[in-house]
Amino acid sequence: MRKTLLESLIHGPLTEAAPRPDETALAEVAQSLKRASRRRLGRSLAIRELDSGSCNGCELEIHALSNPFYDIERFGLRFVASPRHADVLLVTGPVTHNMREALERTYRATPEPKWVVAVGNCACTGGLFSGSYACVGPVSAVLPVDVTIPGCPPPPIEILKALLALLVGADKHAAQNI
Amino acid sequence: MSALDDMLAKCQIAAPARPWPRLMVSVEQWSAAASEFAAGRWTLLALWAEPRLVHMATLEDATSRIAVLSLPCSQQGFPSIGRSHPAAIRLERAIHDLVGLVAQDAPDPRPWLDHGRWQVQHPLADKPTRGRGPQTYDFLPVDGPNLHQIPVGPVHAGIIEPGHFRFTASGETVARLEERLGYVHRGIERLMIGSTIEHAGRLAGRASGDSTVAYALAFARAAEAATGSDVSSRVHSLRAVMAELERLANHLGDIGAICNDAAFALMLAHFGALRERVLRASMAAFGHRLMMDVIVPGGLARDIAGEGVRELRNLLDMIQSSFPKLIELYENTTSLQDRTATTGIVSAELVRSFGAGGYVGRASGRAFDARRFPGYSPYDVLSFDVPVRKDGDVNARIWIRILEVEQSIRLIRQLLDRLPDGPSAADAAKFNVDVPSEGASLVESFRGDIFVWLRIDARGNVARCHLRDPSWFQWPLLEAAIEGNIVADFPLCNKSFNCSYAGHDL
Repeated sequence: MRKTLLESLIHGPLTEAAPRPDETALAEVAQSLKRASRRRLGRSLAIRELDSGSCNGCELEIHALSNPFYDIERFGLRFVASPRHADVLLVTGPVTHNMREALERTYRATPEPKWVVAVGNCACTGGLFSGSYACVGPVSAVLPVDVTIPGCPPPPIEILKALLALLVGADKHAAQNI
Repeated sequence: MSALDDMLAKCQIAAPARPWPRLMVSVEQWSAAASEFAAGRWTLLALWAEPRLVHMATLEDATSRIAVLSLPCSQQGFPSIGRSHPAAIRLERAIHDLVGLVAQDAPDPRPWLDHGRWQVQHPLADKPTRGRGPQTYDFLPVDGPNLHQIPVGPVHAGIIEPGHFRFTASGETVARLEERLGYVHRGIERLMIGSTIEHAGRLAGRASGDSTVAYALAFARAAEAATGSDVSSRVHSLRAVMAELERLANHLGDIGAICNDAAFALMLAHFGALRERVLRASMAAFGHRLMMDVIVPGGLARDIAGEGVRELRNLLDMIQSSFPKLIELYENTTSLQDRTATTGIVSAELVRSFGAGGYVGRASGRAFDARRFPGYSPYDVLSFDVPVRKDGDVNARIWIRILEVEQSIRLIRQLLDRLPDGPSAADAAKFNVDVPSEGASLVESFRGDIFVWLRIDARGNVARCHLRDPSWFQWPLLEAAIEGNIVADFPLCNKSFNCSYAGHDL
């Protein structure tokens, strides 16, 4: 193990430069900030991921955000285990009827102020599963959605850009309201 | 004469079907099949239904023959296979939920996928009725001194798919785990009915995102079997390259994630980086990190990129230079071995009886690998080993993955070294058949064998399609694996199985 650790020290990190926040997501954040004034979130967001019917493709890419290339925690973005610790619900899937109640209860368990981010085509529009007897439709049919990240699945870098927009947007807004 | 030979001789062929025959059987023959499963001579590959017909796909172990048996079915239902063969129980519960046909004398008549929340009841029946409305679910009763229950899910603590686990524990020790699934049921099979072959292929590719290549391949092979069409050897080779890249990415991710569930995060960091490199090389070669929608019925949506072969060779070199050191680290870290060795043991007998595929089966002595048998192009001309272990614990399931990473690298190298020239684009016109036709396929995903059965109607659209995820025969074994282990080892056991919720729930 010592050798492996030493090599990691010599080679330097795999972590890549931070991307610019996503412009569309920034606009969405600005929109949602107009709707409701929120307290300063600071440079940190606690994220609770929730699969409401995804094929698990989005989960794979959300997982990838924690690998050394993206290292999401360096931005103050952190995945938490409980909705009670979360600022953001990151929701995937076309909201199945069998998951609807769990989604709503998770939302209710999340303290204000809170943000809902819909990840992937299914969560944004219902995707290929629109019209199914088993699906409600996009997340916005159940909860107020602040940011959408389309893609099937969206690559980690796109998810990261949108989350950074949320962070930056929330920060800017807070600065204006001081 | 074997039991299947006997049926093949006596029964009427139900419809022209490729590559395996579909036979119309009597109630007696259906029940005889149940005895073959119970006696361990046959392996159940799939069990599904249409409004007036219930089907099973079976493998006769001694003769290595596969057949689909169909039983015409009235309102009264069909004789339960699950009564004598537990592997069929959940499949029969799903049949009742989806089609409304009852498995007579079934040991467990509770609903499975239908939580009473769908708009309709029996969505695949001729005339679906209104939804039942939410109902309480009766978990199995547990009696005994000093037992307590721990309900977990459907929303879990990590970034995982939803499902409910009901633990009954005595102190730290799990006395029983009961799973409840169906939360991510999206109605894929209903959405497929009447859709074009091309669209149904995209839906199949989203049955379980981690196996999107394997599902797209299984669906494409079933469609090609139905129409009796074949694809060029270049297409076969490139499909296999993608399937092995998918296996590589998932196994690398799993090895790291299992170690992380034993609180050894260093492995997750290294294997997470390796997995990311596979996805990036896949992106460079095939234009999508998970290679979604690249395999289509009849061919490929796009050929490998110009730089693709070089990118993939670099990737393999990179993995081969760092992988052995990490495996050495796994082997030499006693605190990690302490968690994985002898944890979550599944017996060889259970694995055989359930026909569990993939690393779950191969870690407990069941050598089945669909690439070997029934086998499909191009694996027949490639050399690779199918690793098998007998210990059946978490450690064995990690080792199967480690050895399969090496085999996948070997396979991709062979494929790239002799990549044939030829056309790769799909010809959609091939599926404009004017007679109904049926096809099936068995494809080895990273998780195990996926079975697909497809009937195409006279307009060339999907009449009915059934997708059977490998998880159907693995989920029940997780309940057995955790028994007698401590609650804290559940994440470790669960990750070592890495069953698909989405592929199972459909």
